[in-house]
Amino acid sequence: MRKPAPALALLALLSATAAVASFAQAQSTAPSGDAARGRALFVDGCSSCHGFDARGRPGQAPSVVGAGAAAADFYLSTGRMPLDDPNEVPLRAKPAYSRGDIADLVAYVGSLGGPAVPPVDPAAGDLNAGFRAFTSHCAGCHQTLARGGIVPGGVAPPLQDDVTSRQVAEAVRVGLYVMPRFSERQIDQGTLDSIARWVQATRHPDDRGGWAIGHIGPITEGMVAWLLAGVALLLVARLIGERTR
Amino acid sequence: MARHEEKVVIRRAVRALDERLGSSPLLKKALRYVFPDHWSFLFGEIALYAFVVLVATGIYLTLFFEPSTALTTYHGPYAPLHGFEMSKAYSSSLDISFTVPAGLLIRQTHHWAALVFVVAIVVHLMRVFFTGAFRKPRDLNYAIGVTLLGLAILEGFAGYSLVDDLLSGMGLGIAYSVALSIPLLGANFAFFVWGGEFPGADSFEPRLFIAHVLIIPVLIATLIAAHLAIIMRQKHSQFPGPGRTERNVVGTPLWPGYALRSIGLLLAVAAVLFLMGGLIQVNPIWQWGPYEPWQGTNGAQPDWYMGWLIGALRLMPNFEPHVEGWTLAPNPFFGGVLFPAIVFGTLYLWPAVERRLTGDHARHDLLERPRDNPWRTAVGVAFFTWVFTIFAAGASDRVFVNLGIPYTGQVWVFRFAVLVLPVLAFFITRRVCRELHSSELHPLRDWVGTAVGRTSTGGFEEIRSGRGD
Amino acid sequence: MRLVRLLWRALVAIVLIAFHRSRRPTPAPPAAPARDQSLRRATPSPRAEQLVIALLFAVAVCAASFPVIYAVHDDTQLLGLALGLALALLAAAVIVAAKELVPYEVAVEERPELVRPEEEEEVVRLVEEGAEGVSRRRLLGLAAGAAGLSLGAALIVPAASLGPNVGNIIRETPWRRGRRVVDERGRPISADAVETRTFLTGFPEGADPRELGSPVVIVKIPPSELQLPAGRDGWAPEGILAYSKICTHAACAISLYRSPLYEPTAPRPALVCPCHYSTFDVRRGAAVIFGPAGRPLPQLPLAIDGERNLIAGGGFSGPPGPAWLGTRRRS
Repeated sequence: MRKPAPALALLALLSATAAVASFAQAQSTAPSGDAARGRALFVDGCSSCHGFDARGRPGQAPSVVGAGAAAADFYLSTGRMPLDDPNEVPLRAKPAYSRGDIADLVAYVGSLGGPAVPPVDPAAGDLNAGFRAFTSHCAGCHQTLARGGIVPGGVAPPLQDDVTSRQVAEAVRVGLYVMPRFSERQIDQGTLDSIARWVQATRHPDDRGGWAIGHIGPITEGMVAWLLAGVALLLVARLIGERTR
Repeated sequence: MARHEEKVVIRRAVRALDERLGSSPLLKKALRYVFPDHWSFLFGEIALYAFVVLVATGIYLTLFFEPSTALTTYHGPYAPLHGFEMSKAYSSSLDISFTVPAGLLIRQTHHWAALVFVVAIVVHLMRVFFTGAFRKPRDLNYAIGVTLLGLAILEGFAGYSLVDDLLSGMGLGIAYSVALSIPLLGANFAFFVWGGEFPGADSFEPRLFIAHVLIIPVLIATLIAAHLAIIMRQKHSQFPGPGRTERNVVGTPLWPGYALRSIGLLLAVAAVLFLMGGLIQVNPIWQWGPYEPWQGTNGAQPDWYMGWLIGALRLMPNFEPHVEGWTLAPNPFFGGVLFPAIVFGTLYLWPAVERRLTGDHARHDLLERPRDNPWRTAVGVAFFTWVFTIFAAGASDRVFVNLGIPYTGQVWVFRFAVLVLPVLAFFITRRVCRELHSSELHPLRDWVGTAVGRTSTGGFEEIRSGRGD
Repeated sequence: MRLVRLLWRALVAIVLIAFHRSRRPTPAPPAAPARDQSLRRATPSPRAEQLVIALLFAVAVCAASFPVIYAVHDDTQLLGLALGLALALLAAAVIVAAKELVPYEVAVEERPELVRPEEEEEVVRLVEEGAEGVSRRRLLGLAAGAAGLSLGAALIVPAASLGPNVGNIIRETPWRRGRRVVDERGRPISADAVETRTFLTGFPEGADPRELGSPVVIVKIPPSELQLPAGRDGWAPEGILAYSKICTHAACAISLYRSPLYEPTAPRPALVCPCHYSTFDVRRGAAVIFGPAGRPLPQLPLAIDGERNLIAGGGFSGPPGPAWLGTRRRS
């Protein structure tokens, strides 16, 4: 074989990025914010729907009193809030606020009561416990490899890109938009750590088969069969088939 | 001289055969057998060669696969599944993918070959349909071809289901529901196949295995043999052209030109499949996990050739006729039984329908270009558009949701499109065919119009863009 | 990705080379070969011969590397590349040989006449002669028909062993009044573990969890919001509901719970099947609100025992799982 080098280099590169990514993941910690400044930001950017008293407006937006820091941190750090129109589906976007602003807002909402940002440590989790729990609780919407999926009336997002373990934990405990929530009684701390570990692992799954064509499964496989193999064989057929006319 | 020695060797071999089989007259005829030349005649051959690859890789896989739902605990190299209870079928498939050297290459090549096998059959079917190659005397062989398509789909689904990963199990659950939905006898039929209620008796997996590795492949091989024998008896159809008539075949003889080309095609098909098997991941079963009836995953999809049925199951409104509390036709009947019955029924009956409608009962050995028969081409395009729209509904949901189009709205758009697109396709195609036919344009060729060229005798002649092939 | 791109380029190059070479000796279109005369031209090109030889040596190199890779490090990508390239190069060699080395030939062959009236007559006569002198033809035919039919029927009987009689097997479920609801590991599920906006999977204690009548999905809705069908009073203690987890459409597991955090701006709570997205309204007895399912998920009446564990209050409200003829339902 003359060309083993690119394959090996690719493998090395993949494992290196995997290592770096999992290291970076473990580093994220929450800065503590200034609740008073957060209150000002809230009045400015959130009160048109959630109300000046943060108790919500009927039919528009829920009260954030008692919503807790976990929900606030999740919605703001994933860019799902603020929404232009309260009837829009909150989708993942670039955060509208800086990290510092988010910390302040979270501190303010947290000061109104409710669950704090849940602890999570993927390093303490167990990979196959994580896969097992993810399949039981999460795969129905997010797919076993966390590539996301469809819910009538919503979308379950893929959990790669820049989803942090903290956001995973917050989503599990709070249950945002139409996602159900899971308390300690359904998913204990160890299982939560394991789920976070599995979600991390899904960024770089074992793709020993080669090019993974998006991890979407048979749909893209069918496209490859038609468009790649089909076109290649069509070329060969054109090449050898037409000679006399 | 080497040349002379070669001749001696060949003569000896031919003589040796002759002395035992008297084969020379037959061989002479076979070597001179004429294949008309057109690239579109090769799709069937591609399917045949994909089948060759399927058999070769499949035999290898049977040497490692354990068709059993007996439970075992996984301790192989794939860490996320450590300690999982799973069937031996699934764990041995994992072993093929992880511990058998070259096992994953063969498994993936086998899967790609299955996908490409059905692609080639479908394209071949379309070629046969749109060129009128199904007309008498080939209507019988056409029916065999349609049967082969059905068997290929069944065979592929059986293989996909054998592995007993999460996708396999969900697919089988749907298949069981479709079997149950057959009016009156559905439950008996499903119990016969599964040996009891889903997920089935212990004998179900071995049954599926023997169907996949023996019964269906033998049927396919037998029908392929019949398909080829009939072609050789009738000789190939050909496009009209200079010197080509209903009574002859013009083209390349088997030896040496066509034999070499065909071997080249076999090698090219094998090359594409092995390259894909090595480089492009297909059905990574370890990423889905084992099946349990109470578990499901989003994005569960069948292989592409079952996609039209998923689309039909999804688009069907929640209609379930019942009388006095008895369910006459459970909902999966419409998408899973009635729809494929209509599609295959149309395909089987088309030659007879066309004979009846046109009153043309003559034998046809010259093909028609799609444009030459605008009416048939339009009906065909409408039909395939109808099936394709339903197929798309089974798969494009994911794409459209990612584009921000809600799923619930899509379903209504598709329900509408299923009724409207075929009609549109019919009229557009008929129009295009008529235009092309009257102007003799070739949509794929570079230039349009007329040019002037020199003839061999020194005169001038007009060259038109339509070259009549 | 890089490998794929590399491979793609190689493929394109091969195709281009072959195309280019094939164009070189563009043969004059065979001017209407006469009926019995074929066109033959043998002009092998030395360059093509060299190309084929080079390709064949390249095949040898690729193919020989396969066992080496197999022995040293059985990487699927490298193995596939070695074998696939060997085959591709061999294909190229054979195709170039077919187009450039062997004689170019256009032959004409007569098509066989399929219909031969005299021989047809002969066949008809031969078949008829087989029954010469037989007098009681109709009775004989009848007897043969009876023999054939009954023998066929007898031979097909063993097929009945393939599956059990349907009987009540589909209708029966392991759920009985008082049976405890347990989780995947067999531990009882406490009523206090079920909170609103979460979902759990439950099984009948001691029964086969893989049976379609076993798994239930458990959710909790504030009792004031429940609009269960008539006759289900007391089926949902403290608002805890259990529905069959097997979709009534096509037997997939109901593994989605759509549970709005703030309902005025989100869709209402529902259980959803991931296969064809049948959507069931949890408050209204799992009535179908979207998708192809023809009937609601059957509900399992629940009760809470002295230890606050969930127990079944009886059997399902209807037959669980996909429908068949015997699926009885209220019209």
